[in-house]
Amino acid sequence: MAQRRTAWTRLTTPFANIPAGTATALALAMWVVVIGGWALLSYGRVVPNMFLPTPGTVLQTTYRMSLDGSLFYHTLTSAKVVLLGFIVSSLIAVPLGLWMGTYRVVQAPLEPLVNFIRYLPVTSFVPLFILWIGIGIEQRIAVIFFGTFFQQLVMISDCARSVSRDLVNASYTLGTKRSEAVWHVIFPAALPAILDTLRVTMGWAWTYLVVAELVAASSGLGYIGLKAMRGFQVDVIFMAIAAIGLLGLITDTAFRIIRARVAPWAP
Amino acid sequence: MGTLILNASPQTAAGPKVTMTETIKANNAAGTAAAAGDPRSAGTTMAVEDVTLRYGDANGVLALDDVSLKVAKNEFCVIVGPSGCGKSSLLYLAAGLNDATWGSIKVDGREVIEPGPDRGMVFQSYTLFPWLTVRANIEYGPKRKGLPAQQRKQIVDQYLNEVGLAPFADHYPAQLSGGMKQRVAIARALANDPAVLLMDEPFGALDSQTRGTMQKLLLRVWERQQKTVLFVTHDIDEALVLGDRVLVMTARPGKIKAEIKVDIPRPRSMDVILEPDFIALKRRILGLLHDEIDEDH
Repeated sequence: MAQRRTAWTRLTTPFANIPAGTATALALAMWVVVIGGWALLSYGRVVPNMFLPTPGTVLQTTYRMSLDGSLFYHTLTSAKVVLLGFIVSSLIAVPLGLWMGTYRVVQAPLEPLVNFIRYLPVTSFVPLFILWIGIGIEQRIAVIFFGTFFQQLVMISDCARSVSRDLVNASYTLGTKRSEAVWHVIFPAALPAILDTLRVTMGWAWTYLVVAELVAASSGLGYIGLKAMRGFQVDVIFMAIAAIGLLGLITDTAFRIIRARVAPWAP
Repeated sequence: MGTLILNASPQTAAGPKVTMTETIKANNAAGTAAAAGDPRSAGTTMAVEDVTLRYGDANGVLALDDVSLKVAKNEFCVIVGPSGCGKSSLLYLAAGLNDATWGSIKVDGREVIEPGPDRGMVFQSYTLFPWLTVRANIEYGPKRKGLPAQQRKQIVDQYLNEVGLAPFADHYPAQLSGGMKQRVAIARALANDPAVLLMDEPFGALDSQTRGTMQKLLLRVWERQQKTVLFVTHDIDEALVLGDRVLVMTARPGKIKAEIKVDIPRPRSMDVILEPDFIALKRRILGLLHDEIDEDH
């Protein structure tokens, strides 16, 4: 009987659900621990404020930069770079990945090449991109694209390949033609997994932002972080990092909502 | 009383192959005639001729060895055999989902070269499209055929009622039980009005009570809709409850060992399994399958 179990037993049972309230409380407690630890280290002068700003200073800086509009401006620039890079990458990776996972004849030539490229560090291509593309926003978009595209391609190809053969077979016996199977069966069947892939790679796209803005940027969250380093403005660096994390959280949540809307049938 | 039409000669490995084939062919024709009247007047819906299936190269596993059979129009034909005997492979060949190494399969006189909606199939695994509702799943085939919306709706409603799932029309497959999923799969295959319905152990994953309910439902639908069915199972009770004729298959390489006509009157209730005629037939098939297992070891 569930009622006879103690709360402790329930919390320590593998895979058992815990009450929603408990989950929220635990999540909040974690933040309290992290921010509390930070406050303790900074206000207690355990770490000099030159290296670790106090939460109060970071909030003040955030407030100041919000008022003069610079935070919004830099956030917008970064979001534009990340989203454009990500969208261009996804628009090519989704159909190409589907074909790659579906047709051996597409997979055979692409897979060895893609597996080679996707292990190359994006940073090593930055000088090349500057020479080829210049130092405009296109260069930064190219970095994001390069960082996400090849990963997406392999993962989406796997999504397509893991669609049940009998699902495709069943569609054939119902009159689906071979040429229609990719879009009528494999794509919708793989859609939840594809959306999960996009959500995960969106997170990676954000992590490449600083790399993209490392060189030759004049705006963006990564850029103000780098600039702040030169002026020892640790509070600005903290703010920039927190802003990137928050934007990542927002896009992640957006993808979860999209997935629930587009594929309500998937668990 | 069930009569044993054919008990093929003992399966000695060195037995003359040509003779075996001829025996089976001759007796197949006789079996069809006995089961569904004269095959020439009733019409043969499906004819499997000398089908051999070998996986891989010439040294690969021989899954089917020179199999021939005929299914008459509106006949309920069941293939029973031990697991791994190639009975499912035979259905996949008939559906056009795989190519035979040798031999041919004809449905309504046309040779099977690729899958098509004239050969509906119900699989053992759940193959409903998870992104479509029950209604949209059943509508899939008629839609591919390009039937107008009004006619599609009529067909879908008919089969939803036929399998008793009208209240679940707007549910997604993930919200259904295993038995319900297979009922939708049957409705979906029938909505396409196929010449032959191929069923690959469709109730194999269900618990025994649900299986009984499904067999009853399938019989009711089949009696009303008049369809040609080729049904594969390893469950002898299921084969005898459902079939007009039961073909017993040997283990690898798969061959048709015997053909048993089930002349238990219809409509059959599920209690038929307790009747002496039924038990006699079951004993006969069990004997045939045990011979198989003994030969194997």
